Amino acid sequence: MNEFRVLSPTAILGYGFPEESFRAGLARDPHLIAVDAGSTDPGPYYLGAGVSFTDRAAVKRDLELMIEAGLERDIPVVIGTAGGCGADPHLEWNLEIILELTREKGWQFPLGVIHAELDKELVRQALRQNRISPLYPAPDLTEEEIDAAKHIVGQMGPEAVMSVLGQGAKVVLAGRSYDPAVFSAAAIAAGFDKGLAIHMGKILECGAIAASPGSGSDCLLGTLRTDCFIVEPLNPARRCTPTSVAAHTLYEKTNPYILPGPGGVLDLRETTFTQETETAVKVSGSKFLPGDKYTVKLEGAKCVGYRTVSIAGCRDPIMIGQIDHITEAVRERVQDNFKRYGYKYFLHFNIYGKNGVMGNLEPQPNVTAHELGIIIEAVAETQEIANTICSFARSTMLHYGYPGRVATAGNLAFPYSPSDFKAGAVYNFNVYHLMEVDDPLSLFPSKIIEVGKEKR
Amino acid sequence: MALVKLPEVASVIRSKNSGPYELTLDVIFKNKEAFEAACRAQVINKSTIAKLYGISEDEVIGIIEFAPAHAIKATIVRPFPSGALGETDVYGAQQHAPLLNLEFELT
Repeated sequence: MNEFRVLSPTAILGYGFPEESFRAGLARDPHLIAVDAGSTDPGPYYLGAGVSFTDRAAVKRDLELMIEAGLERDIPVVIGTAGGCGADPHLEWNLEIILELTREKGWQFPLGVIHAELDKELVRQALRQNRISPLYPAPDLTEEEIDAAKHIVGQMGPEAVMSVLGQGAKVVLAGRSYDPAVFSAAAIAAGFDKGLAIHMGKILECGAIAASPGSGSDCLLGTLRTDCFIVEPLNPARRCTPTSVAAHTLYEKTNPYILPGPGGVLDLRETTFTQETETAVKVSGSKFLPGDKYTVKLEGAKCVGYRTVSIAGCRDPIMIGQIDHITEAVRERVQDNFKRYGYKYFLHFNIYGKNGVMGNLEPQPNVTAHELGIIIEAVAETQEIANTICSFARSTMLHYGYPGRVATAGNLAFPYSPSDFKAGAVYNFNVYHLMEVDDPLSLFPSKIIEVGKEKR
Repeated sequence: MALVKLPEVASVIRSKNSGPYELTLDVIFKNKEAFEAACRAQVINKSTIAKLYGISEDEVIGIIEFAPAHAIKATIVRPFPSGALGETDVYGAQQHAPLLNLEFELT
C-alpha cells in the first residue's frame, strides 16, 4: 500500500456536514472514515456531569451517513472522544445511538468499544508512585482532588485504536482520545510513518477548518504517502493553502513546532507546506519523537456547587455611572441579611458593557456604554441556597436606592419571567496532568461487540 | 518607516484556549514581508503582551514565531481556568481585542 486516504467529515461529530462534500470524499475511495467527537473547550460541566455538549439527533444523523458508507465500502469508521468527553456515561450515550441505528437499519458488524475512564484507585496509586505531574500551569494533584473528581479520563493514543482494529472491528467507538489518534491509528498499523500520520490527523481532526474559507462542519480528505501527506477540501467553495494549513497547526496549541502527545512529541521544526494543486496542500518533514517514558494526559472535573442566574438590563445613565458602587452595596446587603445562617456562596455580577467579556484582562476599564447587561450569579453548596442568594441579590438590586436616583420604580429591565434560572450543578476542571504508564493499552480496556447479531 | 496597526498587516487576530489553563493569541500576517517586518520590530514580545493585558511577564508563557504560517503567537496563563467561578470566556475566543490596537514601526 503506497497511499492511505482518510475522510474527515466534520470537526466534531454532530456538527454536521454537506452530503455533497461527503459523497465527493467517498468518490475518492478512502481507506478510513474518522471523526473526533469531543473537546475540553465547552468547559468542565460536560465531563463532570457525564453529558454530551452535542445534540443526540445531530450526532445520530452524522453517524448514520458515516457508518452506512463505511459498511457499504467495507472500510473502518473510527469515532474518538465519544459523547464529547469520553468518560463512561459519554461512551454509553454514544453506544446507545449506534445500537439504535443498528436496529433501525438492520446493520450487523463487529463494533470495537474502548473505555477511557480511569479507576480512581489506579490514579491514586500512580500519584503515590510519583508517576503524575501537572501540565503547567495546572496545580499539583492531591488525593483529595482525585476523590473529589466526578470522572477522570485518560487520553488514549493510537495504540488502543490499532489494537481493536486489529481484532477486526469495523466501527470503533473510543472514549477520550488524543485527537489525531483516531485518524492515524489505521495508517500507522499499515506501516505508514507515525509523524506524518499523526500530523495529518492533527489537521483532519477539525474537518475543513484548515481550509480557506474554513468550516468546522464540512469535510476534509487526507492522503498519506510514504514521505508526505496531502490535505484538500471536498467542497469546491474552499481551498487549502500553505498558510491555511500551517495556521491550523498552531490553532489551540502553545508551541506549533513541538506538539506533545501520548508517548512522545510531534516535531514540526522541519515541516514544509507547499501548494500541490489549486486546492490541495502537501506537507512533509513532520517527525514523531518517542519520549523516554509513555505518558497519558488525564482530565478530571469535580462538582463545586449549584448555580442560579438572573439576567437583566440597565438603561439609566445615573445608575450606569455608579454600577461598581451598586454591586458592592448589594453584595453587602445580601451578606448582612443572611449572616445568621452562615451560608457559603459565590455571588458574582457579570456586567456586559463593562468588562463583562475580559474581566481583569480588560485594558479599557471605564464605562462608555449607554446600557448594561447584568447577570447576577449565585453558586452555593445547594440549589436552594443558590436560589435564595440570587433571588435576594436580584430584588435588592431592583429596588436599591443609589445616590441621585430619579427612577424610583425599579433599576433593572428583566427580559424574562421568571427572572431567575436554576442552572444546576457547577463543575471545575481539577485534573489536568500527565501520568506515566508502562503499557499504552493498560488504561484503555476494550471489547468487540457483534452488533445486530441478536436479531437474526 | 511607517507606523501601522496590526489589523492593517494581519489577516487573522484571534484568541483561544490551549487547554483549560492557558490562553493562546494568534496573529497571522497577510504575507511573508509583513510577518518578517513584525518579527524584526519584535512587535509581539513578553513585555507588550504583559502591558496590553495588564499581567506580569511571568504570566506570559511564551512567544513563538511560526514562519510556515507567517504567524506569531503568544500564550498566557488564563486568569481563571476554563469554567472556574468568575470566569467570563469558557472558550477563550474573545480575548484578542487588545491586539487590534497594537502599533509598530514597519521597516
